[in-house]
Parts: sequence; C-alpha cells; structure tokens
Amino acid sequence: MLRLVINRLLLGAITVALASAIIFGAVEALPGDACVAVLQRDAVGQRLENCRRELGLDRPALTRYAHWAAGALRGDLGVSAGSGKPIATLLGERLRNTLLLAGCTLAVGIPLALLLGVLTGLRRDGLLDVVLSTGGILAMTVPEFVSATVLIFVFSIGLGWVPGIVLAAPGAPIGDFFPGIVLPVAVLTMVMTAHILRTVRSSIIEVMASDFVRMATLKGVRRARIVWRHALPSALLPAVNVIALTIAWLLGGVVVVEKVFNYPGLGRFMIDSITERDLPVVQALALLVASVYVTINLAADLLTLALDPRLRTHRGRG
Amino acid sequence: MAVLARMLARPSGAIGLGLVALHLLAAVLSPWITPYDPTVIDAALMFAPPGAGHWLGTDQLGRDILTRTLLGGREAILVTLVATPISVAWGGLAGIHLGLAGGRLDDVLMRVVDAVLALPWILKMLLIIVTFGAGVNVLIPTLAFFYGVPVIRVARAATQGVVARDFIAAARARGHSRVAIVWHELLPNVLDALMVEGAMRWSWMLLAFSSLSFLGFGVAPPTPDWGLMIADSRSFMAIAPWAALAPVAALSTLIIGINFAADALAKAVGLDRAQSAPH
Amino acid sequence: MSAALIDIADLSIGFTTRAGALAPVLRHIDLTVRSGETIGIVGESGSGKSTLALAAMGYLKPGLNMLGGTVRFAGQDMFAPGAIVPRIRGGRLALIPQNAGQALTPSMRIGAQIAEALRLHTSLPTAVHDARVIDLLARVRLAAPSELVARYPHELSGGQQQRVAIAMALAGEPEALLLDEPTTGLDVTTQAHVLELLRDLAADTGMAMVYVSHDLGAIARVCASIAVMYAGEIVAEGTARQVLRTPAHPYASGLIAAIPVLRAPRLPRPLEGRPPAPGAAGPGCAFAPRCALAEAACRTSPIGLVPAPGGGHVRCRRAEEAIHLPLRNEGPLRTPHDDNAATSLLRLDDITVRYARPSLWQQITGQHPSAPPVVDGIALDLRPGETIGLVGESGSGKSTILKTIAGLIAPLRGTTSLTGTTLAPRVAQRPVGALRSVQLIFQNPDESLNPRQTIATILAQPLSLYFGLTGAALQARAGELLAQVRLGPHYLERLPSQLSGGEKQRVAIARAFAADPDIVLCDEVTSALDVSVQAAVLALLDALRRARGTACLFVSHDLGVVRALADRVVVLYQGRICETGPAETVYTTPLHPYTEALLGAVLEPDPDYTPRLLAADVIEQGPPARGCPFQNRCHRRLGPECHTVTPPTQDLGDGHLVRCHIPFTRLTETAL
Repeated sequence: MLRLVINRLLLGAITVALASAIIFGAVEALPGDACVAVLQRDAVGQRLENCRRELGLDRPALTRYAHWAAGALRGDLGVSAGSGKPIATLLGERLRNTLLLAGCTLAVGIPLALLLGVLTGLRRDGLLDVVLSTGGILAMTVPEFVSATVLIFVFSIGLGWVPGIVLAAPGAPIGDFFPGIVLPVAVLTMVMTAHILRTVRSSIIEVMASDFVRMATLKGVRRARIVWRHALPSALLPAVNVIALTIAWLLGGVVVVEKVFNYPGLGRFMIDSITERDLPVVQALALLVASVYVTINLAADLLTLALDPRLRTHRGRG
Repeated sequence: MAVLARMLARPSGAIGLGLVALHLLAAVLSPWITPYDPTVIDAALMFAPPGAGHWLGTDQLGRDILTRTLLGGREAILVTLVATPISVAWGGLAGIHLGLAGGRLDDVLMRVVDAVLALPWILKMLLIIVTFGAGVNVLIPTLAFFYGVPVIRVARAATQGVVARDFIAAARARGHSRVAIVWHELLPNVLDALMVEGAMRWSWMLLAFSSLSFLGFGVAPPTPDWGLMIADSRSFMAIAPWAALAPVAALSTLIIGINFAADALAKAVGLDRAQSAPH
Repeated sequence: MSAALIDIADLSIGFTTRAGALAPVLRHIDLTVRSGETIGIVGESGSGKSTLALAAMGYLKPGLNMLGGTVRFAGQDMFAPGAIVPRIRGGRLALIPQNAGQALTPSMRIGAQIAEALRLHTSLPTAVHDARVIDLLARVRLAAPSELVARYPHELSGGQQQRVAIAMALAGEPEALLLDEPTTGLDVTTQAHVLELLRDLAADTGMAMVYVSHDLGAIARVCASIAVMYAGEIVAEGTARQVLRTPAHPYASGLIAAIPVLRAPRLPRPLEGRPPAPGAAGPGCAFAPRCALAEAACRTSPIGLVPAPGGGHVRCRRAEEAIHLPLRNEGPLRTPHDDNAATSLLRLDDITVRYARPSLWQQITGQHPSAPPVVDGIALDLRPGETIGLVGESGSGKSTILKTIAGLIAPLRGTTSLTGTTLAPRVAQRPVGALRSVQLIFQNPDESLNPRQTIATILAQPLSLYFGLTGAALQARAGELLAQVRLGPHYLERLPSQLSGGEKQRVAIARAFAADPDIVLCDEVTSALDVSVQAAVLALLDALRRARGTACLFVSHDLGVVRALADRVVVLYQGRICETGPAETVYTTPLHPYTEALLGAVLEPDPDYTPRLLAADVIEQGPPARGCPFQNRCHRRLGPECHTVTPPTQDLGDGHLVRCHIPFTRLTETAL
C-alpha cells in the first residue's frame, strides 16, 4: 500500500516537472522574449541587452531553467517581467479568487449532481431522467460564453435579480465578490453537474443490475437500504475521478467565464501574461496549474483506493 | 450503413444528424444565398429590430444579422472539420501502438501525454497563436495536435482492453507481423471507440475555436464569426438582444447536433460514453 | 406426508422477443418440495433451471414475465405484492447463489453482511449478533472465523466466498434452501468439501433443498430425488437412483453418457444437435429432433408426464425403449499411443516463469520481485502423435506453460526445443516453420475468435500467413476446413456472435488445424461448453488429431476429460510437477498424495459413489518458497523436510516419475 502511494507520488512529480519543462521549452523555442515584449519598439541595441542582462536572459536556456526550477522548489517564483512585482503575491490574489469561485461551484454542484445522478439512475427513463439527460447534453456542450450570455440576458438584464458582472478588484475583500459571483457559479455548476450526473447515473444503473444487488433483494433487504448500503459505495466510485477532473478544470482557469463576468481569477491572469510575454508569470502559472491537476488526480486515485476495498489488497487466491 | 440506420432510429440521432446536415449545408451555400454584404457598415441602420428587410435585425454597425449568422460558422466548421480527422488519426495510431507495445516506451510517453494534459488549454493555444497569429494555417495544425493528445489515452485504453483478449494472443502466437495485428485484429475492434471520440473531438474543437474568437484571439473582425459576434453584441444586449441571440442559437444548435449524433453513435455501436469531464 | 413447503403449479415464464412473439423460458412446471426433501434440478445452459430457482423466491430477472401458474411457499403466494415476501426471502427460504464472488457486496465486510441477515430475519438481540456470525462461519467450516468477519469478499478464495454465502443463508434459519450452481467454478477438491458440508447440513437440520446444477455428479452427492429439465420443461423426475440408474428419457440417458468417466480410457458419447431456442419448440416433444428413438407422433402431439417404467415420471412416448439406451459409449477402449522409440518432438527443459514486473520504486531502488516463480522446473517430452494431459486446479500454472511454449511468455530460465532445435523464447524471434507446427486452441472461443471478423477471415489468417493462399484457393481451403469440423460452407460469412458455443469452438479448432500443425496446444478447450457439446468437441478433436498424426498437449482441470484423451499425464500443483507417467498407470495407481487426493475428489453420476476427501481444506496463497508445493494440504506429510527440502524425483520406470519425500515403496503400498 505504502509502496503504491510512493509510486504514484513519484510519477506525479515527474509529470509536473515534464509539464514545466515543456512550457519552458515552448516559450524558448518561440521567437521573441520578455524584453522584446516589454520594450516593444525600443527593443534594440544597448537597452535590449541591458534588459536581458537584468532578467538573466543572456545565460543559456538550460542554466536558466535549472535556476528557475531550483527557485520554484524553494517557493521563489521570481518577479513579473511586466510589473516587477513578486509573482507569488500576484498569483496569491488570483488564486484566492479562483478558489472562491471553484469552492462555491463545488459546494453547490457536487451534492446536486450526486443526488440527481442517483435519482435518475434509479428511475431510468422516468420523466426526470429524460428531462435531465437531454438537458445535461445541452449544459455539457454549449459553450460557457453562450450559456453565460443567455443567463445574463434573463436574470440580469431581464429580471434584474443579480448583477451580470463582477466589479471587485483582484485584491478586494471576499465580501465584494457577492452577489456578482452568483451567475458565474451558476454557469459553471451547470457544466459540472451535467458531467458528474451522467457518470453517476450510468454507474447506478450498472450496479443496480449487479449480482450482489439481486442477492441483497433475495436476502429480504429493503430497497432503500439496498441503495444506500449495498449499491452506493460501489456506484459512486467512478464519480470520484470525474469530480477530480472537474476540480482541475475549475482551478485550471475557466478563462471564458472569467472574461464574460470580468472575474479576476487565474484564467484572465493567464491570458494577460501570455499577451505581454511575461515569461516568469507564464511559467509560474503553468507550474501551478500542472501541480494542481496532478495533485487532484492523485488524490482521486488514492481516494478510490481507500474507498474500494478491492483495489487496496492484492491477495493471491487459493 | 447499419450503424447510420441505427442512429437515425433514435430521436436524438435523427435530430442530431439533421442539425449537423443543416449547418453543413448552410456553411457551403451561404455565400450564394445571403441577401447582404456581411461587412458593409450602414450607420442609418444601427440596431434595426427584426423585420421585413432584415429578418433578424441588424447589429451596432448596421450589418444584417441573418447574413452574418449564416456566414459566421464557415471558418469554424472548415478548421474543425479538417483538424478533427487529423487529430483522431494521429492520436489513434499513437494510442494503439502504445497500448500494443506497453513496457518502457509506453511508460515514458504516457508521462509526456499526462504533462501536456496537465497544462491548461488556453495557455497551450495562446502561446502558439500569440506568436504565429490565428490564421487557418496555424489553427488547423495547432488544434489537430493538442486535441490529438487526449485521443492517445482513449485509443490506448481501448487497445489495452482488446490486447488482453485471446484472439490477439492467437494472432501473436501464429507469428503475424505487428502491422498485420494492428490492421486486421485491433483496428476493427477500436474503430467504434475512435469514431465516437472523433465526434466528441469535433464538438470540443468548435468550442475551443469559438471561445478563442470570443476572447479576441481567433477570427479577426470584420469577418463574421459566431464567437466574435457574441462578444461584440454582448454590451448591447439590453437594447438589441437579437444581435447576440442569433449567433448564440446558431452555435448552440450545431454543437448540440454534434453531441446528439455522437450520443446516438455511441449507443448504436454499444459503447458507454457516460464518463466525461469538462474541458 | 407433510404439507408442501414449496409448491409450484403450472408455472410458465417467458419474455417478448423483438419481433413481438412470446418466448417461454419455463413451460408448465409443476414442482412440490416438502420439508426435509432434497431435490436436484439438472439441465444444460438455457434449460430454464436458474429461472426456476429464482422464481421459487418470487423473483424474475428483468425482461421476464409471468405467463401463468402459481408459486407458493408455505401457502404464501410469492408473487403477491406487499411486505410478506421480503420477510420470507433470506429468512424461511434462502438462496445460495451461483458465483458467490459476485453475489457478495464488495464494499461490505463479511461480518456486516451476515449480521444484516440476522437483523432482518431473527429476533436475536443485536448484542449477540457478533458471536452468532462467528458461530455461523464456524458452522460452514471456515478456519479462523473471528478474523474473517472483518474481511471483504474479494480477500477470500472462491471456496471461502461460497461458504460465506452459505453462512449468510443459514443466518435466518431457513426451512428451505435454494442452491443455484453453488459449486460451479470451484476446484475439484474444494467442491468436494463444499458438497460434504451441504450434505451434512441437510442431514443435521432437516432443511429442504432445491439444488440446481448442470453437474449430475454434484447432484447425485447431495439430492435424494432429481428432476431433469430440457427446453423449459421437466422431462423426467424420480429418485436419484431411478433417474441415474434407469433413466426413462433419452435426453437423461444421453446426458449421463456424455459425462467423461475415470474408469476407462474412452471418449464420452456426444449428444448431437442443440436444444430449441425459447419459443421455437414445436407442438410435440422438444427433444424429438435430437432423439434416436423419435417417431412421427413424437414431433406432432404433446406429451405429458407419465409414470416411468423404472419408477418416477417421464415425458416420453417411448420410455419403454429409452430405459434400455446405453449409459456409456460402447465403442472400443482407446489404445494408448505407444512409440517409446520415437524421438522427441517437443521438449521442455527446466521451464521456470515469474510474472511480476518491477514497479517504479523497485526500479529506482534496484529491488527485484521476490515471490517464488509461478511455474518452476517443468520438464517434459512430447513424442510425435502422442497426447499428454496436463492436469491441475486453478493456480497450477498449466495455461502459463502453454503460453511459454507458444512464445507468448518468456521464461525466467529453461528451454523449449522442437525436434531437437532450441526455440527462441519469444515468438517474434522464431522461424515461421516452427510457429506453423505449434498451434494453440484456447479455452473460450468468445475470447479467441475476433468478434469483428467473419469465419472466412478468421480461417484465412493462418492460410495466407503460412501457405500464401489467396482468392479462390483460399476460399476452397476454408470451406474444406469447415467441413472437417462438420460445419457447412454457409458459416463462412457469419460472425462468431451468430454461432453457438460449440460451433465457435469448432471454428477455433479448424483455425488451428488450418496450419497443418505437428502439435496442438489445447488450453481447457471444453470447459466453457455444456457437457453434451463437450463430448462432441472432444470426439472431433480426437478424430482430427488421429487422422493427421498430430501430437497434443491437452491442459484441463477435468480428470475425466484427460482420461478420455491422454496417453500420458502430468499432474501439476502450484506450477510444479508432482507426478508424471502413462495415463493408465497414474489413474489406476496414483502415487503422489496430491494425485491421490485429486482423483479421490472426482464425482460420479452415481447415488452410491462416495468421493474421498483427502487434501486438507486449506487456502493456498501462492507457491511456497521452499519444499514441496503440496506441503500445506498434504494428508501424508512426513515431517519438516516437506517444508524445507524440494522433494526428490523418484523414477518408477516406464516414464513414471513421482516427486515426493515418501519412498515409492511406501507410496505403492497404500495406493488405491
């Protein structure tokens, strides 16, 4: 068991290192650099050279990557090429806002998705199932800026219930994000609920048709208890991985939603840093998001391991 | 053909294929059937509501919205329709070979695949677009590459499910070449999964393409494009909602059509595509 | 006579086909079970026997409908809505399911699952539940029951899972037990122990039992009376002695004759044809199309259950004649292939296999997997035209050995040589000629035939690879091959899913023989088939092999099947050879304690036959690092050397080798 965990941790660390190396390599391979982007027309002669020396861009790429990676391991992400501020500070504000958005979405979406998934799975082809299955495909596939536009049109412009835009600055206190956060949360909840619901539904259907559920029926167990005690623990397992991917998606920058609602999260930070060729920030963001992705998937694997007794032990059979 | 018949037998399949066919037809025919020039600005006609001359009204620059909506999917459909088969082909072949080979090579390359997947799509796409521009010649290879990476995983998993079966062991024991095993034994068994994956890739690529346009990194104005039209008209939604709702409806129906069709295809070939996560 | 406990009257169950037709799975079943009775219901797959068992609990699988009749338990209608039926289920009437591994809830501990039954069906106070659970586990003869309660089902072996299911059924102190293939999938020695347990339970508690199985041997061991099912009907019923000794239905005698026996080296008698699909049976006797005695009236007019000449009841017009049908193949005994002078065709030398692949952690730290090899030191010689039977239970490594020979697994050490030439360990490095001359036939044709290829394409693979055949020549050869396995040319364009299990396995055999091999490696080739189909496939395989002089390495867990085919046998336990020698010698005078235990545990379709339970009822966790592989279960263990020293090989001449610490002089003294 411990071996398995260490194995997964090692693989995860390798993946993060690779991801940051890929981003570094890609930025390196593309023409132009941060100094060209910052100085723009002035990017010639001595000024360009000075700027490059200042940012350390005159050293070989490998040395710079090693230097950066060593810094990152110590928690030092460097300074932004554009604003000169420490990246950790800039990132911290945006990360907090993204976590707020993701947290609200998950708090609403996960219970909703699990509940609806179980209900539709148990009443297969019932009215609720048909409505939610069809609606689910809509929610899952329509671009976020489309559903956001429609929601703003109806609830903000039409009914005037909630604001259609977030006006808080990146560093504003959390209270300032309400009630503007309601619509972005609604848009994201729709997407994630549809995905999780679908998984839970089909998993419930499969488990309810299994031998052990039939056996429980023939043992005289009541249906409510069969669902709760016999079926659910197995049926919810596949949802764990989907929830993990959803969390990674929420934290990895839901750029479009942030843009639509003017929300100051990681996604917009990402766009700005790329258009400004702010290489240190891009790298820090890539590292952050890749680590989040890997960590959450790892956590889901370990959680599955902990929840499914079958995966925990590999015992030879006699 | 049997698969197509089974797809059409389901309401979702018939609706989905119908919507997709309608959009393809519109994309091909629109230059000949659109009543106005999509780019001519007419200040006198700003925000004309839907009516006789302009069935869907006009936008903030007085351009006909019906015309722009009919034309607005052409580049998106062209780019994604070319990039999808490429992504499925290269991702599929790579995945099949990794699934078959296993061992060290598989271990190493799957780490790289994971690393690429761990990076947010917008970061990957923008790095390319900011440098090389958002022309068709850049978008097609970029989308085809990045959207082929997850196909590797799908094809690899499908292959691993098949490779463990005895008919592959039988073919290997007979001494067939690796190419023959892939071609005769494996491919027929993973093709269904790849087809369903292809349909899904198409819808995700459309999503990415129009999101890029919406964010201002895709199609450049004044070319009509749904994502761009929605972005432009959002600020005027309180006074001219039709300007945003027409492209919203067009883009939604195409993507929903593709997904209904993909769903029906998956059911027609007996695959479960229940497990998915947002992109 | 006491009142009926289970009373099934005129029960018909069926489903609606896609075309809208009604297809009955059970037709007009009458069955009465009284307190203390043990009734066996025997039938092959598709006969409706499992549907009947579930219907007795008032349960229909999804898609099935009641077409008529009643099911009562102690007077209570089991299909009545309301809360009474769930109180009976698992309480007064309990089910022991097929494949307990899947019927136990994977996420619940063993103890909790049994306690749930106690809570539902007994008035015991919760405080004593734990103790009662341990009692029950001990009662089904599980070792260390107090440790088992905290385990999850997957941590148990198949035999243990089955016993837990039995304990769970006993928790509600049932008056009647329904057993649905309770020992199918278990090893021979484990099955024998479970059956003894069931027998003793029936005798001790006076519970009624309905035992549903395809295995007449198991039913003969447990049940006092037997009902034979065919195509959804009961075609014969009576006491076990009546049905097994003087079967009055041609199907019943055909079924008995199709079972391979240990007594003589003789192929079982096939029962040609296949049962009608649900809804396809004609107005007359459903068995008439396959029956040697059938006359015109059998096909056209229905027949009820009538008293049988030897006692019991039978659904046959010609019962008087049927009673005289032979119960075994009357053909000549097989003469062993005896050509000791011939040189070796295939030789295995010290083949040793280990599966584990080092994990990333182990790669980094340079550790290696340390588990003992799954297959160790296998040596054997196969001569031209000879058949060697590789016998062993699950975990014996028999399939691994075949895959190693075929080059699909590279051994840790040891060599495979073909006509004196050492073969490369991997298939990719072997010459085409060597590949052609060794062909594999797998256990399950659903797995070994590509579901997306037509039969023509499947047969074309070896033909074009080895002989370069194309076009018309290829088609013609494929047709010939099908004819050799007695399938018509119209099968060429079909997909495997359109064939029955037996037909699919024939295609797999045709594909192997298409290569014109010198050796066929058969991996449990009949274990997925019904017994009557198995007999036909064995006959076909043997005929083809003889006609072409092909040598055969035949792997099976079924000692009867091996007896029918093999000239020599190799007995394996946990990947090590225990005993090897001429089949006649090993079957008549088994020397190794494991061979003795294995042969003793085999059942016969005979109510008076008692198996001998020799091997200890211990769960193996994998091969031991040192000593004899059978050390944990051996009934003749000598002493510490069995645990520490690899047993010596004792040569008794004529190729008869025994690996045991006990001197062969003492082994022969006590042999059967």
